[in-house]
Amino acid sequence: MTDAIALLVVVPIVLALVPIALGRLWDGAGWVAAALAALAHLGLSVTVAAKVFSTGRFTYAVGDYTPPFGIELVTDGISATLVVLVSVVTVAVVLYARRTGPDSNSFYSELLLLTAGISGVFVTGDVFNLYVFIEITGLATYALVATGRSPAAALASLKYLLVGTIGASLYLLGVGYLYIATGTLNMADLSTQLQAVGYDSPLVLTGFALLVVGLAVKSALYPLHTWQPGAYAESPDSVTAYISALVSTAAAYALFRLVYAVFTPAFDAAVPFALDALVLLASVSVVVGSVLAVLQSDLKRMLAYSSVAQFGLVIAGFSVANATAVTGGLVHLVGHAVMKAGLFVGVGVLAGVAGGRTVDDLAGVADRAPVVSAAFAILAFALVGVPPAVGFAGKWHIVLGAVEGGRWGVAAVAVVSTLLTLAYFARVVERMYFQDAPAATTDTVSGPDATATADTDSALTPDGGESGSESTDDAKTTGGSGITIEARTVVVAAAVGAVVLGLFASDLIAVFEPVLEVYFQ
Amino acid sequence: MIDLLATHYNYLVFVALVAIGLYGVTASPNLVKKVIGLNIFQVGIFLFFVTSGYVDGAAPPVVHGDAVGTYASPLPHVLILTAIVVGVSLTAVALALIVRIYGAYGTLDEEAIREVQTE
Repeated sequence: MTDAIALLVVVPIVLALVPIALGRLWDGAGWVAAALAALAHLGLSVTVAAKVFSTGRFTYAVGDYTPPFGIELVTDGISATLVVLVSVVTVAVVLYARRTGPDSNSFYSELLLLTAGISGVFVTGDVFNLYVFIEITGLATYALVATGRSPAAALASLKYLLVGTIGASLYLLGVGYLYIATGTLNMADLSTQLQAVGYDSPLVLTGFALLVVGLAVKSALYPLHTWQPGAYAESPDSVTAYISALVSTAAAYALFRLVYAVFTPAFDAAVPFALDALVLLASVSVVVGSVLAVLQSDLKRMLAYSSVAQFGLVIAGFSVANATAVTGGLVHLVGHAVMKAGLFVGVGVLAGVAGGRTVDDLAGVADRAPVVSAAFAILAFALVGVPPAVGFAGKWHIVLGAVEGGRWGVAAVAVVSTLLTLAYFARVVERMYFQDAPAATTDTVSGPDATATADTDSALTPDGGESGSESTDDAKTTGGSGITIEARTVVVAAAVGAVVLGLFASDLIAVFEPVLEVYFQ
Repeated sequence: MIDLLATHYNYLVFVALVAIGLYGVTASPNLVKKVIGLNIFQVGIFLFFVTSGYVDGAAPPVVHGDAVGTYASPLPHVLILTAIVVGVSLTAVALALIVRIYGAYGTLDEEAIREVQTE
């Protein structure tokens, strides 16, 4: 049974070979292999999660070498949740890619390699093994970004490769410092050894700084985000949905593990300025990311900068260092993955209908694609933080934790970010619903406040299943707008998922709680 | 200071390589030279690991009969073997991308590509 953790990595990596091996004989091999791997991964992750929920944390020694000498794989409530998230997003993206493409066998190989890398990041309990998985994730992502046929995609991918590799190498250097200080690479062992070495040792402090900067590059915090907007904007829609949901999430999760499982809150107590610096970096990222998102006209770039801000918020939650804020950060991490994947698929669909993907192109698109538009609006307001969706649950706990911990700056930044998120999504939803399709003479826009509240109302009404099914009928009668059923299913599922996750946020928090209790005893 | 230079020159070389590599990545407008800079940067880090595993007068960790004397831990070197493999794959991907970029723009100069893009 415990083998299921290792199989989470092994199954996708082995099946990644199938599209290459059989691709010449059979064009459909890629999709079938990816679908099989995604379903197998889902089965395995549910098995792992079921075991974690019944018996708690469990570990697996790779190759039967006892930790701390061998590599250890660990799952607890948090990593099990994230592994299930990986499976669900993989299933959704494979479904979406069936007709949207990119239709090549190598694409599916790269996707499965990425699934393996991300699963590895979530389950590993060894800091060097984490480096290897981060690099597998990186390599697969660079290749996926470049599946966009344009030369701009190759350029964006190369930029990502250069910046991402420097980030990962800095992480490796940080691992080296910790290894020299302690002589171990196992996370659980490191946490006790580091305490023995002393948290104020220059080796440990430098190691911490290198690890944090390396992972901040990977999770695209301002000012280390420069690779991210280009990579998101130039890659094909299905790739953007996948990497925006999972790649930065993996890096932010790794940061969380390092800060709490390796360095532990005792490090924060001993050396408070380390996490103070991280709070500052994250807060700046929230504000600047949001402002840059407001300034974008390209929708994919807008969503990309929005990710810079949202990851700032998640990491601000992590660096407040009390259980409430960290819970908020984790809930927002999961929620952001669902919402951002749905939004990127939504942009892909709506851009196809509207014939362009700038904010102005979406004028009146709600009449032509009512279901997807409604789902997009729900996701947008979920990300703003309108209850009962999951965006609210995450942000609420981050603000609550920040106030508890006396970090008024973080609380203020979180509120400001909500307003700015509303600013960039409100103008999109306003165009979609309140402007006519020919962008010529439309009625003048009323005051921003009035439109914003009107949007909130219109988006909040269909928050359950009943009005969703009603608008599905609309779409059938409209028909013929070139939206694939798969794409529509994925966007609607993401919107429903965001709301359902929000409604059951307290259960999600109950899953995270036992893990965090150990860290904050 | 002289003492430090004499006993810790390996760490100074590590710092120098990392700095030269980072300078190459950021300062050179040529994409291939950026990748070369990246390689130098990574080699610097590899050197750091390898040199940290060096123990003066220690034997390689191959034990024949009774273990006498000191042995060097092989772990840092093994880690770097893995990291070298990762580095080679990254270089391969980077060069493949550069081939595509050169095919599309006909130049490897970053400034020139930017000019082509804005036109």
